[in-house]
Amino acid sequence: MSDSATPRVFYFDNYASTRTDPRVVEAMLPYFTEAYGNSNSRSHSYGWKAEEGIDQAREQVAALIGSKPAELIFTSGGTESCNLAVFGVARMYAEKGKHIVTSAVEHRAVMDPIRQLEREGWDVTYLPVDTTGLIDLAELEAAIREDTTLVSIIFGNNEIGTQQDSKAIGAICKDKGVVFHLDACTGLDTEAINVDEHGVDLLSLSGHKIYGPKGIGALYVRRRRPRVRLQPMMLGGGQERGMRHGTLNVPGIVGLGKAAALCLEERDADRARILGLRNRMEAAFMELEEVYVNGHPTQRLPGALNVSFNYVEGESLMMGMPNVAVSSGSACTSATLEPSHVMRALGVSEDLVHTSIRFSLGRFTTDEEVDTATEQCLASAQKLRDMSPLWEMFKEGIDLSAIEWKHD
Amino acid sequence: MAYSDKVVDHFDNPRNMGSLDKNSTEVGTGIVGAPECGDVMKLQIQVEDDRIVDAKFKTFGCGSAIASSSLATEWVKGMTLDEAHNIKNTDIVQELALPPVKIHCSVLAEEAIKAAIEDYQAKKAE
Repeated sequence: MSDSATPRVFYFDNYASTRTDPRVVEAMLPYFTEAYGNSNSRSHSYGWKAEEGIDQAREQVAALIGSKPAELIFTSGGTESCNLAVFGVARMYAEKGKHIVTSAVEHRAVMDPIRQLEREGWDVTYLPVDTTGLIDLAELEAAIREDTTLVSIIFGNNEIGTQQDSKAIGAICKDKGVVFHLDACTGLDTEAINVDEHGVDLLSLSGHKIYGPKGIGALYVRRRRPRVRLQPMMLGGGQERGMRHGTLNVPGIVGLGKAAALCLEERDADRARILGLRNRMEAAFMELEEVYVNGHPTQRLPGALNVSFNYVEGESLMMGMPNVAVSSGSACTSATLEPSHVMRALGVSEDLVHTSIRFSLGRFTTDEEVDTATEQCLASAQKLRDMSPLWEMFKEGIDLSAIEWKHD
Repeated sequence: MAYSDKVVDHFDNPRNMGSLDKNSTEVGTGIVGAPECGDVMKLQIQVEDDRIVDAKFKTFGCGSAIASSSLATEWVKGMTLDEAHNIKNTDIVQELALPPVKIHCSVLAEEAIKAAIEDYQAKKAE
């Protein structure tokens, strides 16, 4: 993978995926080579050992979100959890109604299933967001109808970090008697979420966003008041209370459990440290003129720093700091080069959309990495502004919005 | 997506980056692209006796856009206006080994050359 001649690349893409904590890897290893039985095998010790690992993990994850262990369904990751929540509830309660309320800034794991349901005849209300990425609670309340069966809202946005007021959303849903799905895939590493305090009926979480392994996630499904039922997406061996069939990924689940336990222990300390580093970085960037932070100024995940360096294109900015791993702030899938639906929903002007990059900090981000990345980013921005015709025009006092640009 | 070595080289060591006096009658300026599309190229040529004696660029865009315009200035220097007019975007694609999603960068560079020549000729016609 790496050799000594290659300089180390500093990792600032924790909202894409985190490093698996070495303590998590250690906890997982015996479940590959020793306790490798099927947790459904009741006839021998290999199966019992595997089941013990599952039970412990279920307790660990439940402790992180304040649920009962039996309310958790293990899945293959955040995308499956979100898909199961959306499709499962919509189809189970289709006779009651076919209306869903969601926001314009959801992850595609929620947005795309909802669009699919729309094609199948469901009616969907997409709540707009303000320039900081927050939905309007009064609009949410007004959007819920007699035939609404699901409200699905993202907890902390993976692109800009804005945190919705999930407790208030939960209270509104409770009051209206509508099932509330909280997509908590991003943010659970630093933020305390309690399913009762947040009034959550369904909660999606992902292993590799909280220093666990990839390919594992969980869906919390409330069992009492109300008892939420789901139509499964796959059929098979009857695992996970019939909501998610298939042999359990025992090492993955054990890893998720360990990751959850570590988060519970270290979350508050991680949060304080990450926030300090993020703020230091942000303050350094803001010293430059024409720099804008995307997302909410304060109601934002501590690791998130989505920033626009006006007159500098984001991809070239990244290319100018090859030893820093960040995401383009604008492209939801970098392959398509299309500006993301989240940035569009914020109303960020089209030209600024192309100038943003996203740093996301995590447990393993060090002071040294932050200082080096900050320095390299500023140097790259400076170099590219010297090269930018737009910066030159801005400095000459030309109003760029008044220019008629020639393009196809 | 990894960049080709040539793109990286142009990005790290841009040729002819800068500006010429846009008010000079010997200078033609082409500005193409749009900020909302994520690419704007400014390419300038200085012409003496129908031959391009100097060229400069400034580009807002990705590494491939910067490399395409840098390469374009390198190529047009010393060319006659007709020769420069004949540069095709596919030549740039080939030279820089641009992937399909970056072909528009080479198109923009070709357009920038043509726009600069047009601007120069329009000035001369006045």
